[in-house]
Amino acid sequence: MTDILITNGRVIDPANGVDKLADIAITGGKIARVGGKMPAKAATIIDAKGCIVAPGLIDIHVHCREPGHEEEETIATASAAAVAGGFTTVCAMPNTHPPLDDEAAIQFVLERAAVAKLARVLPVGCITKGRAGKELAEMGAMMSAGAVAFSDDGEGIGSTATMQRALQYAQLLGVSLMQHCQDPDLAGGHMNSGPTATRLGLAGIASTGEELMLQRDLVLTERTKARYHVQHISSAGSVELVRQAKARGLSVTAEATPHHLLLTDACCSTYDSVYKVNPPLRTSADVEAVRRGVADGTIDCLATDHAPQSAEEKELEFGLAPFGMIALECALALYIKALIEPGLLNWPGLIARMTANPAKVIRQNLGTLSEGAPADVTVIDPAKRWTVKTETFRSKSRNCPYEGWKLKGRAVATIVNGQVKFQT
Amino acid sequence: MTEQAPSFIWTKKHLVGLDELSAEEIVHILDTAESFREVSTRSIKKVPALRGKVVALLFFEDSTRTRMSFELAASRLSADTLLFTAKGSSVAKGETTLDTARNIEAMGVDIFVIRHHESGAPHHLASRINTSVVNAGDGSHEHPTQALLDIFTMRQRLGRIEGLKVAIVGDIAHSRVARSNIIGLRKLGAEVVVVGPPTLVPASISAMGCTVSHSLDEVLGEVDVLNMLRIQFERFSGNVFPSVREYSRFYGLNSERLARCKKNVLVMHPGPMNRGVEITSEVADGLNSCILQQVANGLAVRMAVLFLVSQGAE
Repeated sequence: MTDILITNGRVIDPANGVDKLADIAITGGKIARVGGKMPAKAATIIDAKGCIVAPGLIDIHVHCREPGHEEEETIATASAAAVAGGFTTVCAMPNTHPPLDDEAAIQFVLERAAVAKLARVLPVGCITKGRAGKELAEMGAMMSAGAVAFSDDGEGIGSTATMQRALQYAQLLGVSLMQHCQDPDLAGGHMNSGPTATRLGLAGIASTGEELMLQRDLVLTERTKARYHVQHISSAGSVELVRQAKARGLSVTAEATPHHLLLTDACCSTYDSVYKVNPPLRTSADVEAVRRGVADGTIDCLATDHAPQSAEEKELEFGLAPFGMIALECALALYIKALIEPGLLNWPGLIARMTANPAKVIRQNLGTLSEGAPADVTVIDPAKRWTVKTETFRSKSRNCPYEGWKLKGRAVATIVNGQVKFQT
Repeated sequence: MTEQAPSFIWTKKHLVGLDELSAEEIVHILDTAESFREVSTRSIKKVPALRGKVVALLFFEDSTRTRMSFELAASRLSADTLLFTAKGSSVAKGETTLDTARNIEAMGVDIFVIRHHESGAPHHLASRINTSVVNAGDGSHEHPTQALLDIFTMRQRLGRIEGLKVAIVGDIAHSRVARSNIIGLRKLGAEVVVVGPPTLVPASISAMGCTVSHSLDEVLGEVDVLNMLRIQFERFSGNVFPSVREYSRFYGLNSERLARCKKNVLVMHPGPMNRGVEITSEVADGLNSCILQQVANGLAVRMAVLFLVSQGAE
């Protein structure tokens, strides 16, 4: 007996080169069959007429804030936000308090995710102990416990020697190191360097700091033959560096966020700290370059860098407020706006960057509708018009710059492991 | 209050920056200040313009001149003043700027004068509370009353603003005085050149309508005003120039350089001065200097600003 039957949808499964009208049968938590009209016999039938049926969307960059800042987000609320946004898998960044830098911490995240029972939450472990950038954390043990990648996100690894050792070690494990590229010597500002920062009297963060660390890491990656992933790429120069590295055959991947595809540093001109994010919003030329990088495949993945912050902290002066903005519940429509509407990507291209490509970065058998694969499926109504209302968010935080935006397209059903976790 | 009874109607409740003012509004403040200047010459140096009003001075950052000037300005307008300084306050206990302001506002305050180390702090308050907010210097952003008193003094000494060429010399990167001066002077039709080493002059400053020079010697002969800024050692770490001695050699104003300027060049400094660094004592205390006149004019300008924002609030 079929558990779930999704009928009449446009099935887009980039991993298998599929884009056709088809039905999907789900049984026992697995994709049982993808094919022509199937008999309407199932415990649950979802009519996907006019909708896109895609592999469950994957966001490899999410801050769940647990442990340590449960007032901002928990693994349960982040999971709820994820499935409401169409995401079946999210990667939890390790800059929690304490940071996810050992086996027990990785197990904790997985246990909390199992209790929440909504999205898959796959932990990313720290590269260095305590995210201090000095000694390597126990990457092997964390991998055994379920860590899917490693990162000291929030900061880049300043020490070249440490980064070289980390890449050598990660190469042994076959795992991706995800870097928040920012030279610590050039950090300390609040927004992108440029005319707006100068006029506002706010210390700048030039893209030089991102590009310098990226350039160093690419040299190290070439030498160590490790797998390297650039987090939240923000500048035209960085996109070009990745493009050239790929051309040289390096094992490099990159991700772009909705805000680096849609917003510029001019947004900061009224000192509204909702626009304070790290890496900072840059110029329209950078936005254009990041969009083109996504379009031509230089940038493999789309990732939100969903970073919840409490209203109390975001209510401080711009220079004192923390970095971060949330987007899980509107990301899909934002990507549509930034990439599909201007004609930079078609639907299979967008879905690939939200499913098969990120699955490859974290080496998981996800992001596909292959028969026998885990039944993670997202049904998307591409024509659905809606307005972002943060008050309706499942996330615990409200630091979302898209409040009031009128968007098109959203997930109408999210199935994780053969169970409907969200449906409109 | 003013004899001139200008037809212009002031509507602004806050003064957070010159960026938000029109040329006409800036001139109106200067004209209003002109009429208040006379008050300081009376034997009873008070007018009842703000009688019954409360002006709270919120100083989250140290200040001598600006604080005393605002305090005296408020008192000459017959307002009551409250002084808050971050040291020894609940800020040390973790209270936010906004909570501090809301608590003081609850006591019944009409105008906040705020000095803050964070750029944008006055905007932050002005958009969240009902009381008028006057910016007395925020971070590296703006110091509108300083620029107004500088421009007032230039107009007084040189008779005009339009067509003047003004050099602002020194730590442009961290200077709120520079930003407010650039904005105000450009709006009134003056030319502005900012001068300093590249480590102290952000390239993007030219987007504010000024030109950039890295050579003081090259601009000396062509300017009508030299506004010498203090190096704000407290706003940065690391050495942004090799030494004070070297800075002074290339960017300090001394008699020898003054001799190469236009005869009537006006020498200004917003204070506090580092004598012997950006300006020598001979020049600071010399005939071309108007440094103390700036301070005296500051009082009239701040009386005008307090008076006008209280009108704007009504």
